[in-house]
Amino acid sequence: MKKILSRHETYVFIAIVIFSIVITAINPSFFTLENLFDLLKSYSLMGTFAIGMLFVLISGGIDISFTAIATVTGYTVAVLLLNVGDQLNIFLVFLIAGVVGIALGMINAVIIHFFRIPSIITTIATLNVFYGILTVVSDGKWLYGFPTWFGDFATIRVFTLHTPEGIPYGLSIITVIWFALLLISWFILKYTLLGRSIYAMGGNPNSAQRAGFNIFAITAFVYSFMGLMAGIGSVIQALLVQTVAPNSLVGKEMDVIAAVVLGGASLTGGTGTMLGAMLGVTLIAIMGNGLTLMHVPALWYKVVIGFVILVSVGVSAYRRKSSARKRVIIENS
Amino acid sequence: MLRKLSHFSILLVVMVLVILLMWALTGSDFMNLGNFQSMAYQMPELGILTLAMMIAMLTSGINLSIIATANLSGIVMAIVLTMAFPAESAMTNSPWLVVIAILAGLLVAAIVGLINGFLIAVLDISPILATLGMMIMLSGVSLVLTKGYVISGFSPALLAIGNKDILGIPVPMLIFLGCAAVMGLILNKTPLGTKIYLFGSNPTACFYSGVNNKAVLFRTYIISGIYSGIAAIIMISRFNSAKADYGESYLLLTVLAAVLGGVSAAGGFGKVSGLILSLVILQIISSGLNLLGISNFFTLALWGIVLIVVMIVKYLIENWSSKKWST
Repeated sequence: MKKILSRHETYVFIAIVIFSIVITAINPSFFTLENLFDLLKSYSLMGTFAIGMLFVLISGGIDISFTAIATVTGYTVAVLLLNVGDQLNIFLVFLIAGVVGIALGMINAVIIHFFRIPSIITTIATLNVFYGILTVVSDGKWLYGFPTWFGDFATIRVFTLHTPEGIPYGLSIITVIWFALLLISWFILKYTLLGRSIYAMGGNPNSAQRAGFNIFAITAFVYSFMGLMAGIGSVIQALLVQTVAPNSLVGKEMDVIAAVVLGGASLTGGTGTMLGAMLGVTLIAIMGNGLTLMHVPALWYKVVIGFVILVSVGVSAYRRKSSARKRVIIENS
Repeated sequence: MLRKLSHFSILLVVMVLVILLMWALTGSDFMNLGNFQSMAYQMPELGILTLAMMIAMLTSGINLSIIATANLSGIVMAIVLTMAFPAESAMTNSPWLVVIAILAGLLVAAIVGLINGFLIAVLDISPILATLGMMIMLSGVSLVLTKGYVISGFSPALLAIGNKDILGIPVPMLIFLGCAAVMGLILNKTPLGTKIYLFGSNPTACFYSGVNNKAVLFRTYIISGIYSGIAAIIMISRFNSAKADYGESYLLLTVLAAVLGGVSAAGGFGKVSGLILSLVILQIISSGLNLLGISNFFTLALWGIVLIVVMIVKYLIENWSSKKWST
């Protein structure tokens, strides 16, 4: 019990439950399967990005450039879909986006590791480079009118239910892709040597190196994994809206970082769990959705989100501080 | 000595190279007074915001809320200017109204800085998270205040600030130079400046030297807020309007400009002189490419590349000189 209470995730979970109760009390249509499936579909994008971001934050770094990477991969895939769409299938699309994403993530890793440039500086620079070059090459054009199979894939439901009015709804294939990624990444992080080495490096890179971990290999994995998630995310975005625009993702990087941090990942590295990151995304998702359902004007959305982030990081900072104080008292007595 | 000089001298070399390159590419278009004047109108906004970012970075922090602060402060100024008095009142066109509006805006910016300081110094939240939360919340407050619309139509007295020049030097440039000089004085000639550098290098050592760390952080973020407010004055008078989401793309660029100017992301190092060189380099690239008719987005890409190249060169030089010392 004490262990549960000492975990950050517990508090995020309690916040989610309280929010859900309040929202449901005001608008019962929040607590329906239909709304749940809808939310799970529309937040798969943020959820996928959050997986990659969690890995980077645990390793003690940060990646601002992932939205630009996703823009590049999304655009690459869109151009291919428009030109040779008949010869492609959904696996190839994910594969191409993933490979391009990994390559761009690798560029980040190489600069960060070999020239000792802080990750935040490197990725701010590469954000501008990737995004700038893509926008020049693409001329800022929106791409749409993809092959029908691409549109059809986005509407696949694993199972279908019907509302009393006869409108079909169900668990989208996009959500299933997100969940699959979630499961694999959770396993990597928790049960493999690779995953544990990311925690080791984030906790203390020097000790990790002396313990025999290959620091470059871990850095390379973390940033190319972020690139992979950005690539997959860009395909999910293309599936969701069936349009690829060069300016639709860049500028939203802080939202994803905020969600992951809400879930308890620390910016100094070494801490953070997949469960926490996903609770963070969930909290952001239900707040956005809930405010709409409660008929709060959309203008207030950012005020509420900002306030919740400040309260959440404030509470966890306060708890960290008081537990540090307790430790000092115990050690002195 | 070499280490100390290295970043500034790299920047000087880069600046000369960039000037020569742009001169060669654009010829007389580049080397004329009109072009320099237009550069001097464009640089101050990013420049003052970069100073606001710099002082936070010197304490090994960061202030992600500068743009949101500037927008909120600009909106408060705009509200005072356009709505505080009825249209037919004598106050509407009075220069005093401009003074009151600017003071109100700067006050709001300082209060935002105070809240940032409270979150970071007292609640012990990491600066990046505290200011990220503030950024989201403040842009929300701005949206609520304006309902998402633009507030426009200011008196000539305010517009003069952004668009007039004195002896050929644009007023925004004069404001920027004043801000840079004040920042230089604060950092180099006051006890606060010394404490900021000391805190940025090692907060624990700073604390045991008898420095009130909390007061240093409070002052840092209040100054950062006020500088954002000063940038807001130039922004609203250049655009002749205020809106909740102006200049959002500046945020990461200020970090880029500060780091290019030699401000260390880990805190404790960085000078105003380096920052000015960095801003001049960025502005020359931007204006030169603009004269060549090349897209603004290519400018962004080139800025990113310049930053990475400078950081790599700096790393290689430091590596080389430390090897030389050790043998």
